Amino acid sequence: MDALDKRILNRTQRGIPVSEQPFADIASELDCSEDEVINKLQHMLDDGLLSRFGPMYDAASLGGAFTLSAMQVPEERFDEVTEIVNAFSEVAHNYKRQHRLNMWFVVACESQQEIQSVIKDIEQQSSLPVYDFPKEEEFYVGLYLPV
Amino acid sequence: MFAAIEQGLPLVAQPYLAIAEQIDASEEQVTSTINHWQKQGVIRRFGLVIRHRKLGYVANAMVVWNVDDECVEDVAAILAKQKVVTLCYRRPRVLPEWNYNLFCMIHGKDRAQVIKQLDDMCQHGDLAGIEKKILFSNKAYKQRGGKYSQASASGN
Repeated sequence: MDALDKRILNRTQRGIPVSEQPFADIASELDCSEDEVINKLQHMLDDGLLSRFGPMYDAASLGGAFTLSAMQVPEERFDEVTEIVNAFSEVAHNYKRQHRLNMWFVVACESQQEIQSVIKDIEQQSSLPVYDFPKEEEFYVGLYLPV
Repeated sequence: MFAAIEQGLPLVAQPYLAIAEQIDASEEQVTSTINHWQKQGVIRRFGLVIRHRKLGYVANAMVVWNVDDECVEDVAAILAKQKVVTLCYRRPRVLPEWNYNLFCMIHGKDRAQVIKQLDDMCQHGDLAGIEKKILFSNKAYKQRGGKYSQASASGN
């Protein structure tokens, strides 16, 4: 990644202009050409550094429901329970974390009811309790990772 | 239109015009709808979705705080101002197993860096005296999935 790649990545993480020629606008800010911006973004997509660019929807305002859930999984059952949990298409972002509650995952559904039924199914299939930590208030979301 | 932009903008000089042509609308209709959705908060952010692990951000820590209920707003305001904090949410305690009611995420290139950033944060502000715990992730077992996963960074 060269210096211009990094500047493009940092600039576009903050948002893409909604204008006739957004990449030309970015190019003039960064003092390069429109083609350079487009080509470099295309390379980053091809290399898998970017998964896509465009809108991040706020699922809650679209009627979606989420929760962050955690489980205390005995070490010897970790792989088995991971398989059970990950088999649910509603489960995203499952991480092993260093704590007594060692499995943390997000459940994303269309309604609160569905969330509760997914949690109940996971509890039944794993015979372990699922702790539910729904978001009560959001103070900040600003994933910005400078390169 | 929703479906047309869901997978991302086309990488062409006039991407909004390209979308307009796809859905038989005018460019102005497309941009004004996007601006409207951004104002309403339906679109939270219009930018890149980057694979942070590929950029070297491999240490992802969830930092949880046990904050007096009446101070949550104040502490959250301090956390939200920190450059390294990427998310900050209030979540319920689950007693007696879990005392923590304020969650934030710090993404860093290695654990030592994340710990140092957290220590630096706690030097100033009123954070020093608050009980907290740092939960590093050992492994990402699943990073995608869920019907609305593209919209949620909440556990990431």
